[in-house]
Amino acid sequence: MAAPATLAEKILARASGSASVRPGQIVTCAVDLLMMHDSGGPRRVAARLQQLGAKVWDPDKIVVVSDHFVPATDLDGAEILALTRRWAREQGVRHYDGIGICHVVLQEHGHVQPGMFCVGGDSHSPSGGAMGAWMVGVGATEVTGVLVTGEIWIKVPQSARIECTGALGAGVSAKDIMLHLCARLGMNNDALVFEYAGAAVRAMSMAERLVLCNMSAELGCETGIVEPDALTLQALAAAGRPFDGQLSRWRSDADAAFAATHVVDAAALVPQVAAPHSPANSAGIDQIERDIRIDQAYIGACTGAKLSDLQMAASVLKGRKVAAGTRLLIAPASTAMTAMAAADGTLEILTAAGAILLPSGCGACAGMGAGMLAAGEICIASTARNFKGRMGSAQAAVWLGSPYTVAASAVRGAISDPRELLA
Amino acid sequence: MILRGRCWVFGDQIDTDVLAPGPYMRKPLPELAQHCLEAVDPQFAKQVRQGDIVIGGIGFGIGSSREQAVQALALLGVAAVVARSFARIFFRNAINLGLPALACPQIRATTGDEVELRPIEGLVINHSQRTRFDCDPIPAQLLAVVAAGGLMPWLELRLQAQRGG
Repeated sequence: MAAPATLAEKILARASGSASVRPGQIVTCAVDLLMMHDSGGPRRVAARLQQLGAKVWDPDKIVVVSDHFVPATDLDGAEILALTRRWAREQGVRHYDGIGICHVVLQEHGHVQPGMFCVGGDSHSPSGGAMGAWMVGVGATEVTGVLVTGEIWIKVPQSARIECTGALGAGVSAKDIMLHLCARLGMNNDALVFEYAGAAVRAMSMAERLVLCNMSAELGCETGIVEPDALTLQALAAAGRPFDGQLSRWRSDADAAFAATHVVDAAALVPQVAAPHSPANSAGIDQIERDIRIDQAYIGACTGAKLSDLQMAASVLKGRKVAAGTRLLIAPASTAMTAMAAADGTLEILTAAGAILLPSGCGACAGMGAGMLAAGEICIASTARNFKGRMGSAQAAVWLGSPYTVAASAVRGAISDPRELLA
Repeated sequence: MILRGRCWVFGDQIDTDVLAPGPYMRKPLPELAQHCLEAVDPQFAKQVRQGDIVIGGIGFGIGSSREQAVQALALLGVAAVVARSFARIFFRNAINLGLPALACPQIRATTGDEVELRPIEGLVINHSQRTRFDCDPIPAQLLAVVAAGGLMPWLELRLQAQRGG
């Protein structure tokens, strides 16, 4: 009988061909899926592969998503996108070209499955953990290493549990849990993998679970993961890639060793906002000074512009208008989600409120598309990061909040508690 | 392997947007590198010299997976980075690109100090302040990559061996 293990340890053991792994051990794992995007992908690995005279190890295990420079806003971006298209075609790998943000597109299309060992050329790759998989981010040279060898080394992290008890209140979301955790646990949780559990997580949609794992990047941990369940299987079936494995294999044993358990009382959690210039500067919205005027409200990115995020914003914006002197920019996380928001009436509410719709992609969150900030401007964004200079000028100030909070702030023209508008 | 140079000291949580700002990410590396760390020190890129050493606090390199955060430092001549702790992707990127990155939890230094790094022994010496600090040794399994000068040269060696060359 194998020693008790956590979900993450079970995946690492399987991928490294070991009966078991222990924290601190360095193991070499076989990669089931490698994702890369236009910024860190072919643009940066094609020449390296050529230099090595090497071929990709398995085209069927590689997915390329163009999401950073889409659609091209200048010649540099256009050339990068053209190179990405050419390379994907030559290598015969799957390429999603300008239809959405990589982490969201992978989930929409069912590429990440329970128990898989995945690597992404992007720091928000822990997003894949929402499906009950192991997924970590690496840089472009290491992506080259995986492309050539199909392997990567991992130092087995200790697992820690985030137990979200109770049910989230109205106007509170997964984003608020993560901002709260950034303030509470800090951004230097190296050598840990966080497993999100508890009734509030079980009740969450896959899109909300993605937010938990996505913002594990901000906690500075190895990655985040959620035990897969019936909802996970439903999502995969709907994506046309039903899971044919054994679900019960991919859960932490009851007596597995966790380094810590942090309890979040979901019912008591109020909307959180992060002050500039760090997600760790988060606090309950009742703790910050009132009437912080904003120039821009931004609903975008893998973290904060999925269909459910657009629906959250719409629940606040319904029958209301964006305040004069404030602009609300919305970049849906994928074109498929834009279509769904059009079909269910969400988009109509957003545009009637005066929102400006932007293309799907990483956009202003990564300082790359439309919606950059000038010196002295203040923005509140549903994105994951508010580092200095990230969304434009180093003299701009970015606050973070949930889509509810960003929408409420757009209506009031100042950082606002969405519960006042939802009541 | 011993490195010795003048140091630049920065605080905690020097993130990848400060090291490689998003608005310049589509530009060629030499242009991007001119904006490296400008949000915290506008003079850094202009005044840093070949062989200088960057010293950071906790969580150095947190944020994006962009390797340009490492490459911009290297292009500007930075010979090594020492920090109280590193963000995981930055550390991996540094090793993979052959930029020595030493985690030294106790390090104390002031910009301009002359410091010496002995990565294999796991030691940092601050000659200006006459102090010595232990640093974390590089994991044994990664020494082959470090010894080869980074992941690309290591991959070349591995491919050569496979081809029997």
